[in-house]
Amino acid sequence: MSLPYILIALLVLAVAGYIVGRGKALSSAGGDSRELHSLPGYYGWNVVVSILVPALLLLIAWLIIQPIVLDSQVSSKISEETIAASSLDLIMSDVVRVAEGLDLAVSQGVMSADMASSIRTELTDVRSRLGEIGVALGSEVTAETLRAAQTYRSISGTGLLLRSIAVLAAGLIGFAVGVMRTNKDFRARNVVETVVRYILIAAASIAILTTVGIVLSLIFNTVEFFRLYPAADFFFGLTWAPSFGGGSELGIVPLIWATMYISLIALAVAVPIGLFAAIYLSEYATSHVRAVAKPLLEILAGIPTIVYGLFALLTVGPLLMNVFGSGGALGVSWMSGASSVFTAGAVMGIMLIPFVSSLSDDIINAVPQAMRDGSLGLGATHSETVKQVILPAALPGIVGAILLAASRAIGETMIVVLGAGAAARLSMNPLEAMTTVTAKIVSQLTGDADFASPEALVAFALGMTLFVVTLGLNIVALYIVRKYREQYD
Amino acid sequence: MTDTTLTPPSGKTSAPTPNKITSILELDPLTKKRNAAEARFKLYGIIAIGIGLFFLVALLWAILSNGLGAFSQTFVKVDVPLNQQQIDDAEKSVVKTSKYRAIIDDAFAKELAGANITTEMSAKDLQKLFSSGAAATVRDYALANPDKVGTTVTFELIASSRVDGYLKGRVKREDLAEDKNLDAAHLDLVDQMKSAGLLEKRFNWSFITGTDASDSRPEQAGIGASMIGSLFMMLVVLFLSLPIGVAASIYLEEFAPQNKFTDLIEVNISNLAAVPSIVFGILGLAVFIQFMHLPQSAPLVGGLVLTLMTLPTIIISTRASLKAVPPSIRDAALGIGASKMQSIFHHVLPLAMPGILTGTIIGLAQALGETAPLLLIGMVGFIASNFPDGVAAGFFSPNSAMPAQIYEWAKRADPAFYERAWGGIIVLLVFLMTMNIIAIILRRRFERRW
Amino acid sequence: MNEMPNFEQAKTMTESKISANKVQVYYGDTHAIKDVDIEIQPRSVTAFIGPSGCGKSTFLRTLNRMNDTIDICRVEGSIKIDGENIYDPKVDPVQLRAKVGMVFQKPNPFPKSIYDNIAYGPRIHGLSRSKAELDEIVASSLQKAGLWEEVKNRLDEPGTGMSGGQQQRLCIARAIAVSPEVILMDEPCSALDPIATAKVEELIDELRENFTIVIVTHSMQQAARVSQRTAFFHLGVLVEEGLTEDIFTNPKDKRTQDYITGRFG
Repeated sequence: MSLPYILIALLVLAVAGYIVGRGKALSSAGGDSRELHSLPGYYGWNVVVSILVPALLLLIAWLIIQPIVLDSQVSSKISEETIAASSLDLIMSDVVRVAEGLDLAVSQGVMSADMASSIRTELTDVRSRLGEIGVALGSEVTAETLRAAQTYRSISGTGLLLRSIAVLAAGLIGFAVGVMRTNKDFRARNVVETVVRYILIAAASIAILTTVGIVLSLIFNTVEFFRLYPAADFFFGLTWAPSFGGGSELGIVPLIWATMYISLIALAVAVPIGLFAAIYLSEYATSHVRAVAKPLLEILAGIPTIVYGLFALLTVGPLLMNVFGSGGALGVSWMSGASSVFTAGAVMGIMLIPFVSSLSDDIINAVPQAMRDGSLGLGATHSETVKQVILPAALPGIVGAILLAASRAIGETMIVVLGAGAAARLSMNPLEAMTTVTAKIVSQLTGDADFASPEALVAFALGMTLFVVTLGLNIVALYIVRKYREQYD
Repeated sequence: MTDTTLTPPSGKTSAPTPNKITSILELDPLTKKRNAAEARFKLYGIIAIGIGLFFLVALLWAILSNGLGAFSQTFVKVDVPLNQQQIDDAEKSVVKTSKYRAIIDDAFAKELAGANITTEMSAKDLQKLFSSGAAATVRDYALANPDKVGTTVTFELIASSRVDGYLKGRVKREDLAEDKNLDAAHLDLVDQMKSAGLLEKRFNWSFITGTDASDSRPEQAGIGASMIGSLFMMLVVLFLSLPIGVAASIYLEEFAPQNKFTDLIEVNISNLAAVPSIVFGILGLAVFIQFMHLPQSAPLVGGLVLTLMTLPTIIISTRASLKAVPPSIRDAALGIGASKMQSIFHHVLPLAMPGILTGTIIGLAQALGETAPLLLIGMVGFIASNFPDGVAAGFFSPNSAMPAQIYEWAKRADPAFYERAWGGIIVLLVFLMTMNIIAIILRRRFERRW
Repeated sequence: MNEMPNFEQAKTMTESKISANKVQVYYGDTHAIKDVDIEIQPRSVTAFIGPSGCGKSTFLRTLNRMNDTIDICRVEGSIKIDGENIYDPKVDPVQLRAKVGMVFQKPNPFPKSIYDNIAYGPRIHGLSRSKAELDEIVASSLQKAGLWEEVKNRLDEPGTGMSGGQQQRLCIARAIAVSPEVILMDEPCSALDPIATAKVEELIDELRENFTIVIVTHSMQQAARVSQRTAFFHLGVLVEEGLTEDIFTNPKDKRTQDYITGRFG
């Protein structure tokens, strides 16, 4: 029985459980719902809970454990020499693909079930047979792979059967227990509410799980990468030249350099504009101007980054080429292509303007009015008040906001993928194309990368670096901002 | 600046005697200077806002001026006689479309003659006026309508992207030098055809409803399939992030005790909200695809990744709307004997619902425009070329999403795809705008001030 | 810089320092102050009393145009300081406020050092030509505010770290440092404990030697203790104004009497 059917069966069982539970509770109270401890519905839900909770937990556990067991069983069928010649991952993915192909063949009636489990590579061209039904296999199917695939099918088939039986049995036992416990004095509401409470806790824990997932997926693959490529070369290498044929040089320094350079340009655009806009909006603008200008500026924040990427690649880049490129307005040829550090940085700066301005706006508004009154009451002009009282008071908050903006800039992907260029370079010229950490994560993990190669795994090490840097910035920034808020609470 | 060892002023406390004008009706020079500084400062603010708004206008102008072209398309009217013999021949051959192309060539030559246009170009050269998908159009029609075979049917065949671009002003005569697909003679012919009424430019529905097309047929590429991909992703995001987000917020806002575990969750949420989106892509790749073996490029996986990414946003806004419900409501419910759970689900949650929905819609809008994580889980490339056949396929079979499709077009070499990319952005922004307007209306309509 | 014209000084000595004539204040559509006429004597303390919301603080803020910072606020009528209408379009509120200083309800030291708090005003108004002069101003202001002994050894510590009473006296010292002629005080003791209040009241009494002081207060006892003249406001109207003694012992208006005897307020 496949997954959807099991779920449907459980659902049917649950509905039945609700009706039976509610009915039994009512009849135990002689049909008078006032006699019950809880509202009748709670007794129904109690049965539903006692059916679904064990059954679903079992199902989830099964879904996690079965592939692991399956993997170890099947991989034991594959000889050491084969693994040495290729990699276990690759062979296993072949095995799985063949097994799925056989499944498909059986379900389409191209092969009988017996045939699928007994065919031999010596007798049948498995690759072409599977090709006929649309399963494309990269390489010829070896006898070993086919045998492993057949083992895979038989174990997973048995597993599926056992799974259906176990899950449904758990549901039925839950049904029985739930109904048995139902009587008019049973505190059904408390039971249901406890379960709901645990569901709420589970939902809240997803945030932790996500972080754990991020950290684990980064760490495992990064460790794998450092096994294949020396960490010192990665962190201190000055050249980035991946080649999928091997012999890559994967030094992160040029990527970090370009990332920092672009982020600096972005902040140089966004911070003054954003800060002055925030000051004007919160200190000078009449409520009408504020009501119009603030949402308009915030539109910039709601535009997806792909739009900025396209804007950089197709509008700003060519525009800069017309000025700085060969044959451009200035008659200099400092720029050789539309993508450059400056293109990406400037556009990213535009994107960050509303980010800086709305954060600073909040922070400036948090400075108590009494502070302004005190300064104005002494005869300070408004700008003196802003420069000498409000900004110093708001400084920690603004620094926090700028750090958050910096973390945004470092982690931004689409603008640099499209606007900054693809070649890693260590150069001071902002009009030259360079490439960043995020852009390389994308390029190393898309396309036909072999996940076991250092060229693909390096993306995880890059991701780890990115994660650590942005996390550090965020924690510091959030800490500063929070401290700042407390100061005026 | 500061001096802790100031000496107390000697003797009597003499008030400092500033020698300045005391009449307030006259401005002293310092005040004038200070007022000038004030005016300058204010001007900087106005300039900053002006620059911000200028960028907004420039961005919108770039989008509209480059993208609106994608919504119109040039068609060539050709009367094609459909003849059973020719069709049978064509269906028997290996490269079927080339035979149909020959049919079109003949029909087009007649068409030109009928309009008194003479040209010295070969049929092969004339083909360059049509999209390479034109033959398939004729073939599909002929096979789908056997009863029309034997009659002459007026087809409106898609012109090639260069012809289209020429009529839209994107392709200029001076650009032709570097173009091997078209030369000046073609354009002269196009001008003549235009005045003879053989060309027609009209609204390009197939851009909105169509699928992606190969590199050589930008004129046929549409965003429809990836729109469906986005739709399925958003369904996943909505149905996962709304309940999970609401449940998590209720726990944190109403039940969570003050302890380390709660702190841990809080810190995690605020940090996840600031983690770069591409990191979520790495997570999706490693956990959902490598570890859980979910299908690559599937909207389901995209939806899962975007759910994890938007959850912090939704939790933060949901908590704010729960917090906005005054404690008196909870007290009232508890006071008449409701359990805490009942007071929240019966009273607090319904009151906070408009705020929660607004936050969710804004979170969805953010997810809809997100590109980077989708690239890592493979929702990119030449995969939005078919519509999914059915709901399950919608979730599981490879597809792209609108922003990823736009990225794909932006990467292609042919500038004709850039027009599609900008056009795709217009479609995307229309969706985002609609969602934001709905959110604003919800907020205006149901916002309560306590 | 011009010499101070002599007749101006003479006028200050003989005439009232501030004279308001038919002052109206509107907040949007609300008529907050109605037809207020008042003469404020130089080098004395005038107290504004009245129930909350009566407009006494609003009126106080019109005296140095602090109301300008509120968009919807509009003032009509004339307020003259030394015979010059402060609502004249030629008047720059910045210059006016240097002449008419203000101390607020809640102590609001800037998040700077004690020294910088005091030096702020003199710096922006360009009152000192050298560091030594600025030091002199800071020291003498602190001395006049009776704060010198308490803070002379910690001038570079933040002003926000002091006690509430010290903060308020710091704010007074900050106002004095600009050497204004008038100091407006908006309930300066409402956030302070009784001991701190006593110190501030003592200070106010000393300051009247050199400054014209207008104080808004909630407490009738305080008005009685510190002021020479008292004005009673009710519902935006100036009900009665006169010598403090007369107001408290022999009020002419029924409303004043009711307020003083505690019938409302």
